[in-house]
Amino acid sequence: MTRTELQSFLTSKVEGLEFGEETTQYLTVTVPREKLRDFMFLLKDTEELAFDYMFSLTAVDWFPKYLGVVYHLESTKYRHILVVHVNTGNREDDISVDTVSDIYPTAHFHEREAYDLMGIVFEGHSDLRRLFLTDDWVGHPLRKDYVDEANMIVK
Amino acid sequence: MGVEKDIKKEVLKDDFPGQVIPGGNGGNIVVGVLDKIINWGRSNSLWPLYFGTSCCAIEMMQTGAARHDWSRFGFEVARPTPRQADVIVIAGTITNKMAPALRKLYDQMAEPKYVVAMGACAISGGPFYYNSYSVVRGADHVIPVDVYVPGCPPRPESLLDAMIKLQKKIRSTKNSERKNPIDGFDEGK
Repeated sequence: MTRTELQSFLTSKVEGLEFGEETTQYLTVTVPREKLRDFMFLLKDTEELAFDYMFSLTAVDWFPKYLGVVYHLESTKYRHILVVHVNTGNREDDISVDTVSDIYPTAHFHEREAYDLMGIVFEGHSDLRRLFLTDDWVGHPLRKDYVDEANMIVK
Repeated sequence: MGVEKDIKKEVLKDDFPGQVIPGGNGGNIVVGVLDKIINWGRSNSLWPLYFGTSCCAIEMMQTGAARHDWSRFGFEVARPTPRQADVIVIAGTITNKMAPALRKLYDQMAEPKYVVAMGACAISGGPFYYNSYSVVRGADHVIPVDVYVPGCPPRPESLLDAMIKLQKKIRSTKNSERKNPIDGFDEGK
């Protein structure tokens, strides 16, 4: 599907989607947090979409408002690409997002990484431990307000 | 006598720090200062241990490959194991997680051992000096370094120059007064 076809198809299927600007490289869509899993199932299982390949899962700190998760999906059948954004609530105390690791198994490690470095809690993840940092690490170092006076020289 | 001089030139390089006297029965007698001969041997066959952790490793590979070919100076036998290496070339960023591995490798190397810190990261943390939670600010916090090579990454010529400087350093060593560089390193001496 082309970009415009993809956008109109998704708009007809799901309510509450917000599409990004047309200047971006890929079609970008922001999904309400509670609809994330249903939306992912739809993307993977619908015959016309067939988004079967997640090639990136990453997180963004929209300081000081909320945290976000960004999923890059591609269909190996049709070769179209979609970027899915989902935002958490208040970044101080409401930072959970539903896991997609059972839909896209590659997200298993990616979600552990996002939890490790950004502190996003993925609800329903089977093994949400730190991935790169040591288990006794305090805090999540890629957050904008992270402080570590022992190791960091702030400029 | 003329024949003997020709033989000597064929067998030995001009920079051999001793004198060869033909024994007459096929054997030769070598005369020289022991320190100089040992250092000559050490400096001309330095076996490097590759420790490439980031982009400097690409330049290090290039230095070893055909175009710059550091085997011309005696560094050709790159080792994957520290137990057979004389010099460790730290080519890249050392993170807090990698530092114990680097120290372990260094401790496994046999004496005498030398360290070349290649590139800005291995010297001081380089581009990761500020605002980084995970990078060691210089490999010399972990092991004693002999030669520093500035650059980000350094060109192969710089690395060659550093290795030749290391050779000069080895040649100027007095082996009777030489001590293990790791002695007292952790105490800050």
